[in-house]
Amino acid sequence: MNALVPLPVLLPLCATGLSLAFGTRLKRFQRFISVAVLTAVLALSVALMIAADRGGPLSVHLGDFAPPLGITLVADRLSGLMLTVSSAVTLCVLVYSLGQGMSDRDGETPVAVFHPAYLILVAGVSCTFLAGDLVNLYVGFEIMLVASFVLLTLGGTGPRVRAGSTYVIISLFSSMVFLIAIATTYAATGTVNFAQLAGRLGELPLGVETLIHVTLLTVFAVKAAVFPLAAWLPDSYPTAPAPVTAVFAGLLTKVGVYCMLRTETLLFPGNRLGGVLLAAALASMVIGILGAVAQTDLKRVFSFTLISHIGYMVFGIGLATREAFGGAIVYVAHHITVQTTLFLVAGLIERRTGTTELTRVGGLAKAAPLLAVLFFVPAMNLAGIPPLSGFVGKLGLMRAGVADGGVLAWALVAGSALTSLLTLYVMAKVWNLAFWRAAPPGQAEDGTVLESYDASDDDPDSGPDRVAGTGDEGVRGHHPAGRVVAATLHGHAVTTTTRLPRTMTAATAAAVALGLAFTVLAGPLTSYGDRAAAELMARTPYVEEVLGR
Amino acid sequence: MTVSLSLLVPAVVLCAVGGILMLTRPLTRVLLGAVITGNGINLLVLTAGGSAGREPLLYGVPLHRVTDPLPQAIAVTAIVITLATTAFLLAMAYRSHQLTGTDEVHDDLEDRRIALRTEVMRQKARLREEFRTGSEPTRGERVRYRDEHRRLREKLRADRALQARGRDASGDLWHDVLGADPEDYADGRAGGAPEEPDRGATG
Repeated sequence: MNALVPLPVLLPLCATGLSLAFGTRLKRFQRFISVAVLTAVLALSVALMIAADRGGPLSVHLGDFAPPLGITLVADRLSGLMLTVSSAVTLCVLVYSLGQGMSDRDGETPVAVFHPAYLILVAGVSCTFLAGDLVNLYVGFEIMLVASFVLLTLGGTGPRVRAGSTYVIISLFSSMVFLIAIATTYAATGTVNFAQLAGRLGELPLGVETLIHVTLLTVFAVKAAVFPLAAWLPDSYPTAPAPVTAVFAGLLTKVGVYCMLRTETLLFPGNRLGGVLLAAALASMVIGILGAVAQTDLKRVFSFTLISHIGYMVFGIGLATREAFGGAIVYVAHHITVQTTLFLVAGLIERRTGTTELTRVGGLAKAAPLLAVLFFVPAMNLAGIPPLSGFVGKLGLMRAGVADGGVLAWALVAGSALTSLLTLYVMAKVWNLAFWRAAPPGQAEDGTVLESYDASDDDPDSGPDRVAGTGDEGVRGHHPAGRVVAATLHGHAVTTTTRLPRTMTAATAAAVALGLAFTVLAGPLTSYGDRAAAELMARTPYVEEVLGR
Repeated sequence: MTVSLSLLVPAVVLCAVGGILMLTRPLTRVLLGAVITGNGINLLVLTAGGSAGREPLLYGVPLHRVTDPLPQAIAVTAIVITLATTAFLLAMAYRSHQLTGTDEVHDDLEDRRIALRTEVMRQKARLREEFRTGSEPTRGERVRYRDEHRRLREKLRADRALQARGRDASGDLWHDVLGADPEDYADGRAGGAPEEPDRGATG
């Protein structure tokens, strides 16, 4: 069973090679290999999760170097759950993106870069979930980040390059802080292996330990977009293609949350910075959701709710009791799915109407009832309406807060109630504007070009029509001449349609169903979360698995 | 563990210089800042290995006198990653230059729009309040009202033009990749958008 541990990283990397080698000629093969590999990764992750749940953590020492020296990959209950949810979500998004590309007429792609980059992203995410030492975690981050740079600036249009610069610079900054943290840790303890650090960090002088703790938390808070460090997120996410935004929103921030969970339990168990974390969580929740209230663009609304709901997970981490960790773990699983689904729905709305600007869309409940259902279920799930999994997650966290009983904990319980109320308000607002009211005049009709690469009328000398504007600057990626721009997922023209591609709808429906599955399986999920939290807090199973007894 | 000052001092200086460069707006400077900071941090990683010793070989060197090889391995990894990121940033700075004529990182337009919207609404409301409650407005007051109103509208229009410019991407990918002149693209945007008011402190 242990031999399976590196595969979630290895398989996507190998597939990337194949995809690059054959992808430009054999598009069908490229699609096939991406879907096949991600399905395999999903199956593996489920197997790892079950194995880790039954028999404790699994570990592999790469190259068979003795534990503290070589690279160690560890899969425990938390990693197993994160891997499973993330690979399920990435598979949904991949199928969605295939639908987005395939349903349109075929065109020539400059470089078939989407699939390789996407697979590398998956490998990087798996690597961070499995990493057993700080350096490997850093490498996993970087793999993931470099792939995300490519995906975020796909096509290189003006808005994407602008948004990408912010994202790249922020990521670069946090990577550097991470390196400083690694250097400090190594200088202080002489190891970077998590299991060894768990023993040695506690012996350090308090000041040094706190320094390392704060530096690491800063890095992870930037990744997770916790409030004071979250300004980059609504700036950079909304311009990317819908599937890319969806997978970023679902996974990349949760990687940060996962790392916080790991460090707060394994490396720094005393919860010395709990107060700071709780304050940051409260600020994230309230300020994030107030930001969402002010927005009029659907993707930006969702970006802000993302920041706000990261606060819930940090709330759980900051309380640092077993119930709180369990609640946070359940919430992470729920939120990955729901947030991804919402961004996928935003992509469908963009596909249907040509824009995600809420002031310009309307009447969708009548025009596209299926789309309305697909939006309504995850939106209510996000707000935490009782039978759905969002309610279960919030309930677990609030109970942990009440059990803690401190002033700050009560403030957070109140804050999270307020936040979920405001989330409901935001979702109701989106519902009213986009679905319930009559369609505003001037809604883009069928066949508006959203983005495409059109090589056919490629005439650089046609001066005058370049200058003439279309006057419709709202349509994303529109060339001023009405001619299209090089910005597309697969090199196809993406146009609005009244008949949404079946694959895209089916992928979104699958993501919605996954969210509902968490509701149906809420009992097993919460007890799994509880067991994972118990394992995290016990620490010995992890350390013993890596270092031997 | 002893730390060599000759490594630590350059590391701190490089980090400081790079950090300041990274706070500027032009992407090229940010890029230089990233490279310099990256080097500074690599030095820092090297200092984590303690004092220098013999080469870390398995045979022929007394084991207790070798340099710790792990920080060197970490530094090499970091160098490779910095290289990749630098290449990407460089490409992005060039692309940004092609598209907008500068390589500066602009503000988030949607954010500005929303911030500006509240500001304009508030000022409009204040103006209306001020001029409605007063009794018969004199001619001067009316002119002042109209002027302020015009100023507000111009501000909105300028911002909208800026937004349009931000969304405007130039020609097709192949010309950009093969390096057509940026001037070819510039004329599409030449008229219209006035200079952005706050470009930041650098230039």
